[in-house]
Amino acid sequence: MSETAKLTYGGAINAALARCLDQMPETLLFGEDVALPGGVFGVTRGLRKAYGERVFDTPISETAMLGAAVGAAMMGRRPIVEIMWADFMLVAFDQIVNQAANVRYVSEGRLAAPMTIRTQQGNAPGACAQHSQNLEALLLHVPGIRVAMPVQAQDAYDLTLSAVTCDDPVVVIENRTLYAGAKAEVQIGGPVAPIGGHRLRRAGADITVVTWGAITSSVEAAVDATGTSADVIEAVWLNPFDTEAVLASVRRTGRLLVVHEANLTGGFGAEVVARVTESGVPLKTPPKRVGAKDTRIPAAVQLAREVLPQTDEIAAALKAMTR
Amino acid sequence: MNQQLADLHAMWRIRALEETILELRLAGDIVGSVHLENGQEAVAVGACRQLRPQDAVFSTYRGHGWALARGVPPEKILAELLYRRTGVNGGRGGSAHFSAPEYGFYGENSIVGAGAPIAVGAALAAKFDGSGRVALTVFGDGAMNQGGVTEAMNLAAAMDLPVVFVCENNKYSELTPINDMVRNPDLSARAHALGIPAVRLDGNDPAQVAAAVGLAITTAEHGRGPTFIEAHTRRITGHYIGDAQTYRPPGELEADEKDEPIVRLAKALNPDKQQEAEEKARQEIAAATERALAAPLADPSTAREHLYV
Repeated sequence: MSETAKLTYGGAINAALARCLDQMPETLLFGEDVALPGGVFGVTRGLRKAYGERVFDTPISETAMLGAAVGAAMMGRRPIVEIMWADFMLVAFDQIVNQAANVRYVSEGRLAAPMTIRTQQGNAPGACAQHSQNLEALLLHVPGIRVAMPVQAQDAYDLTLSAVTCDDPVVVIENRTLYAGAKAEVQIGGPVAPIGGHRLRRAGADITVVTWGAITSSVEAAVDATGTSADVIEAVWLNPFDTEAVLASVRRTGRLLVVHEANLTGGFGAEVVARVTESGVPLKTPPKRVGAKDTRIPAAVQLAREVLPQTDEIAAALKAMTR
Repeated sequence: MNQQLADLHAMWRIRALEETILELRLAGDIVGSVHLENGQEAVAVGACRQLRPQDAVFSTYRGHGWALARGVPPEKILAELLYRRTGVNGGRGGSAHFSAPEYGFYGENSIVGAGAPIAVGAALAAKFDGSGRVALTVFGDGAMNQGGVTEAMNLAAAMDLPVVFVCENNKYSELTPINDMVRNPDLSARAHALGIPAVRLDGNDPAQVAAAVGLAITTAEHGRGPTFIEAHTRRITGHYIGDAQTYRPPGELEADEKDEPIVRLAKALNPDKQQEAEEKARQEIAAATERALAAPLADPSTAREHLYV
């Protein structure tokens, strides 16, 4: 039964996880510090108490955690693993790329790996180079893995449910700067949506802006500050990516700007631009990407600001393209 | 048939399968990288005869014999290596990465040591699903130097999970002597250090392997967690087909061939009976090969299927 609750982004994820644990007895929730401590960001608070030993803490062993998720999923469990920072996923990339992604395909569908990896990424003031990266492009290069990146509390709730219910490996990339933000009205208990889809954050006629992750709010701010008539498409699901929605918008606007916090080279923005240009949709101006500079991420706030895309840079791009 | 004769027959089945695969590879019917387990058959035979239907095996790329010992029909294994539609995975796994879950064989793995954490997951599932499953993962001595194996052993130990870790110590980590890659050649010491009961045994003796695996299953069934078995054996073939094996000291291979498990067990048995075991195995594999070769090749139009649900 659907009802409304006032929840933060972190609270919405907590509510979704509670519902999964409640309604799907095959779910397991584990990771570093997720059970008794309730997670370093408090997202899994109270779940151990409510759901017992299906919620448990693990050693600081990402390979063992993700491998255990693959094996448990192959046997019909539905594990939900928290990787505390996306950067830490790299020490266990084998279990995602060589193992989880291959289970269904190589076995000709005889086996599956219905597992969800929850992680969070991106820069926040003072974060070091190993706690700041935006790594979605690495995952999006891997066929067999689904990827979602919620920004709003409602999406965080909905996507978590869709991910856990999905019978393939899904990585849900959250953002720690959003966990404890303002509360919003969140519809809980409604039907679980299939994976996929986008959100239209602004509707306009002159330019299509495709974005994802926490930088979406900078895009909205830039659009509003410049008074640009823009379609702002937030790709809450990056795999599957809603290419058709982007093409339909660009067909109307004739302009494409892609904004992501990840650095430009090899970023998914390049893929979006390629899909649009290859489609032959007529463009009034060359497409453009705004992303982080191709460098490492410095801890100092004033240095990080130079590297990461800022609202004024997005605004300048909007103005230049729609002039 | 007594147990020794049954073990001999089971080992001959693997040997005949591997010899046939070698022929098919050299003839070009099979292409790519192929890893044989000639000389190591006793570990698979001893272990698999103790396993129950609910148990799950996770092997390495040197896994044809483990699949066969687990009950996968040889025709389906050969068809897989020959990229036939009738292969266990329709040709998608090939020699080094196939699985057959319907026989309790959850797959080979072409990443050294990567099956160990996955086996721990299968055991984790058993904690909740009431299956009574024990997960057995086999890997080589080289895999002991992969961090994920230690992570997996520690997680299984910390959670008392029903896992049997079998290390086939064949003396070589691919092409490099394991003893040059460690300071302590006793690999079981690492399991002891993690609080896991561990045993080192003669992996060329199926009876010793069977006894240890039987005890490990009992231990796991009683909720006492994982066991580690270091089975010493010798690979009497290359790491892969085409391996020149220049790393072996002179005379080593000849000595190993005199003590390989089939030769050794045959000494203890009636010559007529052992010949019968060999012939029966060879006939079975020959017939399976004929059927596998006659099956249709994988259909290219299906190459993109089964990526997602």
